[in-house]
Amino acid sequence: MREHQLVVVGGGPAGLSAALSAWEAGVTDILLLERDKYLGGILNQCVHNGFGLHRFKEELTGPEYAGRFIDLLESTAVQVKTDAMVLSVAPDKTVRYVSPDGGCQTVRAGAVVLAMGCRERTRGAISVPGARCSGILTAGAAQRFLNIEGQMVGRRVVILGSGDIGLIMARRMTLEGAKVLACVELMPYSGGLNRNIVQCLQDFDIPLYLSHTVTNIIGEKRLEKVVVSAVDEGRRPIPGTERTFECDTLLLSVGLLPENELTRALGAEMDLRTNGAVVYENMETSIPGIFACGNVLQVHDLVDFVSEESARAGAAAADYIQNGGTTSRRTLRVENGDAVTYTVPQRIRLDAAGEGVQVFFRVNRVFGTSAVTVAAGEKRIARFKREHMAPGEMERIFLPGKLLALAEGDTITVSAEEAEA
Amino acid sequence: MQDVIIIGCGVAGAACAYRLSRFRLRLTVLEALSDVAGGTTKANSAILHAGYDPEPDTKMARLNVEGVRMAEEICAKLDVPYRKTGSLVLAFSREDRALLRTLLERGEKNGVAGLGLLSGDEARALEPELSGAVLEALLAPSAAIVNPWEYALAMAETAVRNGVELRRSCPVTAIAREEEGFAVTTPQGVFRARYIINAAGVHADRVHRLIGEASFTIRPAKGEYYLLDKSEGTRVSRVIFQCPGPMGKGVLVSPTVHGNLIVGPTAEPSGPEDTSNTARGLQTVRELAARSVPGVRFRENIRNFAGVRAGSGRGDFIIEESPTVPGFFNAAGICSPGLSAAPAIADELTGLLAEKGLPLKEKESFTDTRRRVRFHDLDDRARNELIAADPRYGRVVCRCETVTEGEILACLRAPIPPASVNGVKRRTGAGMGRCQGGFCGPRVQEILARELGVPPAAVPLEEPGSYILTGETKEAWS
Amino acid sequence: MKELTCIVCPNGCRLRVDEENGCRVTGNACPRGGEYGKNEVLHPVRVLTGTVRLHGAALPRCPVKTRSPIPKEKLLEAARALCHVDVQAPVHTGDVVLPDLCGTGVDLVAARTILS
Repeated sequence: MREHQLVVVGGGPAGLSAALSAWEAGVTDILLLERDKYLGGILNQCVHNGFGLHRFKEELTGPEYAGRFIDLLESTAVQVKTDAMVLSVAPDKTVRYVSPDGGCQTVRAGAVVLAMGCRERTRGAISVPGARCSGILTAGAAQRFLNIEGQMVGRRVVILGSGDIGLIMARRMTLEGAKVLACVELMPYSGGLNRNIVQCLQDFDIPLYLSHTVTNIIGEKRLEKVVVSAVDEGRRPIPGTERTFECDTLLLSVGLLPENELTRALGAEMDLRTNGAVVYENMETSIPGIFACGNVLQVHDLVDFVSEESARAGAAAADYIQNGGTTSRRTLRVENGDAVTYTVPQRIRLDAAGEGVQVFFRVNRVFGTSAVTVAAGEKRIARFKREHMAPGEMERIFLPGKLLALAEGDTITVSAEEAEA
Repeated sequence: MQDVIIIGCGVAGAACAYRLSRFRLRLTVLEALSDVAGGTTKANSAILHAGYDPEPDTKMARLNVEGVRMAEEICAKLDVPYRKTGSLVLAFSREDRALLRTLLERGEKNGVAGLGLLSGDEARALEPELSGAVLEALLAPSAAIVNPWEYALAMAETAVRNGVELRRSCPVTAIAREEEGFAVTTPQGVFRARYIINAAGVHADRVHRLIGEASFTIRPAKGEYYLLDKSEGTRVSRVIFQCPGPMGKGVLVSPTVHGNLIVGPTAEPSGPEDTSNTARGLQTVRELAARSVPGVRFRENIRNFAGVRAGSGRGDFIIEESPTVPGFFNAAGICSPGLSAAPAIADELTGLLAEKGLPLKEKESFTDTRRRVRFHDLDDRARNELIAADPRYGRVVCRCETVTEGEILACLRAPIPPASVNGVKRRTGAGMGRCQGGFCGPRVQEILARELGVPPAAVPLEEPGSYILTGETKEAWS
Repeated sequence: MKELTCIVCPNGCRLRVDEENGCRVTGNACPRGGEYGKNEVLHPVRVLTGTVRLHGAALPRCPVKTRSPIPKEKLLEAARALCHVDVQAPVHTGDVVLPDLCGTGVDLVAARTILS
């Protein structure tokens, strides 16, 4: 059986960054497996700009952002295998994959980084009633058709969901000559970034219907109409508020799900909130030497943070390979407090916390002037002010190692609350 | 002049074609849709019923029990996913318990083997997820789950392989009686035959009226379903029924041969083509299913769908020669347990045709096997043999179901190739999984366009007119 | 006084632009936001991105963008102009695909390296 120091599963932004940082940390034998024919993952179809402001201090398109990493990778001796689909990862860090030129192969790794990304929630996931005609696609599938294949998916469009991909596709469809009639959002706030509401909807006078949803789909063969209704506070459609849009296309942008089939089959402990693995401060899963990063771990808003998180996973994998596993006398569990839907990492090994730990989280509603608090037991150990927080925007706080060392008990709780200005 | 024309290639028509194809006969199957088994056969509970439901001494009872027995052998021969899971009917009340006894009695009269009553606790020992409110259950070990669509396809493919002519996108618009037999008009021309089998499903009454007969009426009734992710696929290991009511067998919870969980159906009178889902129908399914198996997680839903039952209101299958038109045979009113009964229905009709003079001489050679590659189910050695012969078996197109490009190309070379993205999905499983073709849909479209030699925009989702693409982005502005 | 959401970065600052007083901007967290607020009132600009037809490669489209922002009111006209652009592989990130897009003085450049 062939052996490698490190196997990285996935050649999107997370896998690229993890492989690079492991290389920079001195790991010389790295195999990166990518199922598509090209590196770059979903960035290749994200032809819009807005990537890289944090990482490169300039605004890049998706392919440009990916290109920077691919160029860097080409200057290393990381072995890249495209058109290679990983079939399983085992706790003993053997990785099985299949490709047209090599068939099914099994390799043994010193460490593994899981970076498979995420997929879109579908019509089924939200049980939209109505006919089963054509013309109903997830926004990401439509994006691939337009930007990679050069194929148009429709002429008159309604978008359900105001996540960033939906907003981006509203603009893209408009720029490609379609008429976007409406963007419909179930919640009373948008799931996407404010800047995208402005430059993707407002720039083109596309109306955003908050607290609305699609309640019927009509079409014999191709989509002909969708019915949109207002919803009450319990998100139930309100009879009598129906309005009908004549359209041939309905794009769904109703959320992303980490693609964790390999992780589950591996037996790693999972977090039901993130739908990703439970990880320690260094992105290590409950299986020693197997790390997870990027959208397979938690769905990010910004690729810059995917790269950053993945670089930490790559460096930690390097450390594992070079220095053995992390041990700690004390481990803190990070719990979700009021208004916090999840945290990553979920566990912090105090002996490995070093200078400190970034904790990512999301809130469950829109906040104005507010505060994020961290408590150990009953005792508050940190407080961070915020001007604005929303479920569509990932938040993060930095917890210094010294502070964590002072925490009593074995849990810390992250909460959000309104605060005086 | 053909010997027999079969109108409709759902599971009943396919079973007839398969049965008759072993004899030295000239046979044509006319299917209105662009693919086989596109009506009721495509959208149902995917269950082979044990046979305790139908009233004794009905055709339904006899053909159900016979058909299920035959199905096991056919599925093995023709490589159709099949699993004998057994089923439970649950009782929640005194009335239900009385009904279980009636079903047991009926089942025994119908010749169903192995039926038994279980206490609530015994049932929960078999199926730990059952509700605590279950008082008693009827166990039927002979019930099975099947891929109904592939079952029909496999029989149709085998028929075609044995010389049967299949015309798709070929709806029948007129039937004329001629001196000897019939002339059947379609957009693809006029077809002539001595005998006709009407297996037109929800349209069987319309086809029957084309020869001036109206001895039965189809009363379509829609059923809505949930299909849940494989993460829910092991919540039960048998088919879990509730007690049947006036509108059918009630809401069931069952594993599928693909490893998913199917939950449904409702029962509402509907139009013959109405396969839409309704908020109310889906709510009904969730509420009723929770009575049997409270732990079903509907957030794991990957797809809703609806199917239309083709019942006639006669209370039994209509398998007979038309009363006033000799030579015209109906296989109509095939509601549940039609899938279970299909091969027995075909045998029954074959017998009727023979009585009316159809000569049944067996062919010297008859191909009665079928195999298809399922990459997902193979071990690595078998996979590598395939890939060595054709590297495209090493390219996974559908990640969720692990379907390779090689399998997609193979289905395009099969006797009944697909002409749509959904046709590929039904044949290979590509797009059936949890992402519902979000990733592989564009790839399948590209492969289909390339192999069929048409532009991508010419590849529909299902029937012609259900287009997915409108053309190149470059043309969108014009 | 005009209220705007800044689109310079994902923070989405809420800007107030005082049109009476030389378009003074408040609410911005960085100088770029100040510049954006002023521009947005006086002459709004956007970067246009899209794809053009690609020949001689396995991929049918090449992603492109304007090297710098163009007037917002020109966006749709410029997007439409992309329909008539064809490029030949190999193409490298930053290659000029079409100079002076629609008289804006801004070049359209390739945004991905694609070899033939």
